[in-house]
Amino acid sequence: MIGMLRHLGGARVAFIIGFAMLAAACAKNPMDGAGAALGSAPPGSPQEFIVSVGDRVFFESDQTSLSPQAQATLDKQAQWLNHYAKYSFTIEGHADERGTREYNIALGARRAQSVRDYLVQRGVAANRMRTISYGKERPVAVCNDISCWSQNRRAVTVLNATGT
Amino acid sequence: MSRRFSLEANGLVGRRSVLVGMAALGGAGLGGAALAPGLAQAAVRLDITSGTVQPLPIAITDFVGGSSPQDIEAGKGVTQIISADLRRSGLFAPIDPAAFVEKIANPDASPRFQDWRVINAQALVTGRITRQPDGRVKAEFRLWDVFAGQQLIGQQYFTQPENWRRVAHIIADAIYERLTGEKGYFDTRIVFVDESGPKEKRIKRLAIMDQDGANVTYLTRGDDLVLTPRFSPTSQEITYMSYGQGEPRVYLLNIENGQREVVGNFPNMSFSPRFAPDGQRVILSLQQGADSNIFVMDLRSKATTRLTDTPAIDTAPCYSPDGSQICFESDRGGGSQIYIMNPDGSNQHRISFGDGRYSTPVWSPRGDVIAFTKQAQGRFAIGLMRPDGSGERILTEGYHNEGPTFAPNGRVIMFFRDAGGSGGPQLYTVDITGYNEQRVPTPSYASDPAWSPLRS
Repeated sequence: MIGMLRHLGGARVAFIIGFAMLAAACAKNPMDGAGAALGSAPPGSPQEFIVSVGDRVFFESDQTSLSPQAQATLDKQAQWLNHYAKYSFTIEGHADERGTREYNIALGARRAQSVRDYLVQRGVAANRMRTISYGKERPVAVCNDISCWSQNRRAVTVLNATGT
Repeated sequence: MSRRFSLEANGLVGRRSVLVGMAALGGAGLGGAALAPGLAQAAVRLDITSGTVQPLPIAITDFVGGSSPQDIEAGKGVTQIISADLRRSGLFAPIDPAAFVEKIANPDASPRFQDWRVINAQALVTGRITRQPDGRVKAEFRLWDVFAGQQLIGQQYFTQPENWRRVAHIIADAIYERLTGEKGYFDTRIVFVDESGPKEKRIKRLAIMDQDGANVTYLTRGDDLVLTPRFSPTSQEITYMSYGQGEPRVYLLNIENGQREVVGNFPNMSFSPRFAPDGQRVILSLQQGADSNIFVMDLRSKATTRLTDTPAIDTAPCYSPDGSQICFESDRGGGSQIYIMNPDGSNQHRISFGDGRYSTPVWSPRGDVIAFTKQAQGRFAIGLMRPDGSGERILTEGYHNEGPTFAPNGRVIMFFRDAGGSGGPQLYTVDITGYNEQRVPTPSYASDPAWSPLRS
């Protein structure tokens, strides 16, 4: 039973990692044609933001500081968001399941704030963003080890669908 | 000696008030050997102050019913609920009815004590359920001290037929109190979060049930994520956190009429609410930027007062039962630890110093201990410590245990346990001794339990 769950979790993680690598490979310059290379993400579209820029950054356990990798992703987010200024967006902070409900809500808020502060530093207008924390309520990877927890400790930049 | 109290219906819509009358039964029918309850020199008494308790053998006979099949069934049902309550407490060992020698035909008559001594029953319960002309149910019971040959209690209750389970819990509480010297906790309810669906898209609904898992009622539909419901100590209200449209907020919900109102209109997230002991204020966390601090809001004046002001996460506040202090968790010193402060926010000081992180402190209704969730070596435990931080004891530990809540008599703690993976949490109880761990039945996965005060 446990083996099966881990296997399922592993498959999920593999999918996410594959996704992230794809994004990294295509994200040299998201503004000119990387999206087109994928064929299905028009420039300036939310799909391009997710696939070519990368919509999420990850955190160490119980940490809210941004790793060099996370900063690189947020630099690309800031560049893209400054280019497509029509979008407002929500930064969702999340925690893994290895904490209590209340603490994780606060921890997710701290992570979202960390991303918010970074994007503001990079020139993105503060009035375009709101933050929300989901604590440990919305995991993307489900298993009992760090391969899943590390995927769940995240902040995701979600564009408003209307782009207005 | 008689008193009346109100039994409130727990439906979302409509308000029905059902009165239960209670009266003491004297020694009528005892051939003149009447003994006033409470005056008897009882030999049977359960000492529950020591660490481990030898469960008291008790014989609980089927309540003699009326003539109709429903009344006979109700009589058996009452007996089963009383037995189940007392057995689950770990303090009583109900005797298998197959061993009974005497068949009780007249619960008013003195039983043949010798017949109960030979099966080693220390206490005996007899009773009767009858239908009144006005449709109400009358439940009578007597508790007997078998070895002293005396009646210890005799009481009768009147209620509407749909409340018969409650009457059984009230009788179980009366037996528990008479034999242990402490208030019972069976006539209580649990508000909790019902969980269904896959973990990534878990649907959460507020639900309420009797402490034994019966009478589950859903209070929300599952459209919005709901967390951490807590009972009012003084009214039929709960406070909880909900993700509606917009900012996640703290709400009040009247569980009788379904009326809901938001607590405060704060610019960011508000979460982790709990009532003050007077029921007039809600203490909660407000997020401001990267920090979360503790505030208290007066529910009538809506005045909000800041109690903590740290560049840290301060959350999970809980008043002491007399309202003179507040415990909470804070990571101001690094990992989460338990702190105590005065109700005005002064004298904040840390009380937990063991290895690991301490969260979700809740004060015992007796005031003498604080229960918590402890995270250490990758595992989660439920434990207790005194309000000065001394005497830490772990009651249960494993992959994930979280969120303790006390029964109103302070002897039992409920919490939720999650095995991890794609499954979900379940509710458990454990005595403050660390013994008698039991799962609480729920229809689906369940988390965030909160125990109500005694209803009567």
